[in-house]
Amino acid sequence: MSITIETPRSPRSRKSAKLEKYGWLYMRASGALLLVLIFGHLIANLFVGEGIRAIDFGFVGGKWATPFWRIWDGIMLWLALIHGTNGMRTLVNDYAERPWVRKSLVVTLWAVCGVLILLGTLVITTFDPCPANSLPELLPSFCTNK
Amino acid sequence: MPSKPAGTLYRGKVGMWSWVLHRITGVAIFFFLLVHVLDTALVRVSPEAYNSVIATYKTPIIGLGELGLVASILFHALNGVRVILIDFWPKGAKFQNVMFWVVIAVAVILFAGFAPRHLMHVFGGAK
Repeated sequence: MSITIETPRSPRSRKSAKLEKYGWLYMRASGALLLVLIFGHLIANLFVGEGIRAIDFGFVGGKWATPFWRIWDGIMLWLALIHGTNGMRTLVNDYAERPWVRKSLVVTLWAVCGVLILLGTLVITTFDPCPANSLPELLPSFCTNK
Repeated sequence: MPSKPAGTLYRGKVGMWSWVLHRITGVAIFFFLLVHVLDTALVRVSPEAYNSVIATYKTPIIGLGELGLVASILFHALNGVRVILIDFWPKGAKFQNVMFWVVIAVAVILFAGFAPRHLMHVFGGAK
């Protein structure tokens, strides 16, 4: 009995192989940074003080009153969304068999990622801890309109 | 007669199950992240809007869900370190099995430190 071996399929192009390599590297580099950023985020928001019970507008206003947590959260936003989207892309590539399904899911993933990064970045950079015409008791303690 | 394939480095062993768990926890964290960016964006709408949505995070059911989220994050983060070590540490592949159990042990210890405290915050009790 003879065995037929399929014609080898065309290899990835140089360019897309390189892109996959950078993606692979990104998952590890961003993963290591995210471990620190997310553990810090969980400790500050869920562990110290009263944890989840203390979280409200005043809490966020207090954290984002200085650049430290704004930068922390901004980096976390970008790294986590790209890390998560690229991870989901890996799953889509593994499980979506029809090319058009795969393609549309991957496009959707990156579109959602882009919209949320844009939204999150705008929220962090334009945040006002003491918005006018708000109920004073909902604002952080340092607001003068309190 | 073809016999059932024997276990390899990955099939049916710690290598495979860590991979499965890494995927499941990753998907769970991803969908939470989507929701979490949207709920945090409400701080830009009004203090009332943000507070009313964040109040749901303090309810018992979602509070228990947060335990699942933290457990997922702990496993995914620590197993991620294991993956990095397998890839970049020359002896990583040799110790992947031991490292899996170290990941589980550290995750369980950290979770045991977090869970009672979080449950007290959600269900009242101590500060």
